[in-house]
Amino acid sequence: MKTVNQMRLSFPSKSRNEAFARGAVSAFITALDPTVSELNDLKTAVSEAVTNCIVHGYRRKNGTIYIYASVREDNTVTVKIRDKGVGIEDIEQAMQPLFTTSPEEERAGLGFAVMQSFCDKVRVKSAPGKGTTVTLIKKIGADE
Amino acid sequence: MLKTEFNNNTLTVYLDGEIDHDSACKIRQRIDCSARSLCPRLLCMNFEKVSFMDSSGVGLVMGRYRQMKLLGGSLRVTNVPDRIYRIFAMSGLEELGVLR
Repeated sequence: MKTVNQMRLSFPSKSRNEAFARGAVSAFITALDPTVSELNDLKTAVSEAVTNCIVHGYRRKNGTIYIYASVREDNTVTVKIRDKGVGIEDIEQAMQPLFTTSPEEERAGLGFAVMQSFCDKVRVKSAPGKGTTVTLIKKIGADE
Repeated sequence: MLKTEFNNNTLTVYLDGEIDHDSACKIRQRIDCSARSLCPRLLCMNFEKVSFMDSSGVGLVMGRYRQMKLLGGSLRVTNVPDRIYRIFAMSGLEELGVLR
């Protein structure tokens, strides 16, 4: 199916950019006339993925986060969030609800569970030492 | 970002705006600082004016739950908007009996 729109973003892995990232993705899909709940779902999922890049991918050190978002003819939105950080050794374990490597930071370990619950599909590609790409897919207008 | 109120041994925190990993760190510091100096019997977190929350909010609540236990008090979470409740429901927080 044809891609009708796309955008790219890159920004430093600072926690103040979490709000910017979800706001930018949300502005990008506004033209698709999403419901309040669809918009909130995608914003929440993006926020989780970007936080993962900052806290886990780059372990709070400086790095760059890349977002690529695209819209297909059928209003399916794909958002790829990528870091070039440490990567994930065991993706299955990382995706387990309540699993976290940062309990001292009060991370609840719910990031992937929230992404999965708020999107239609979530894909994770990662290699230790190379980084992680999370792909969020959500169809806008499926609610009605 | 947040208003607090203290009476009858209850510290009420009115959360406001967006709760993410960035703001949760600051909110946590503010609440813990007040709780340590006032030693309330009950900490009440009011979510009525929260417009956005990701799972950082769950960490914030769980952390305050533990903190209040250490201080010999308890926690209550109130006025949670529906779209935010969904994340709390996923977290198992319901079983702690703090949600109202």
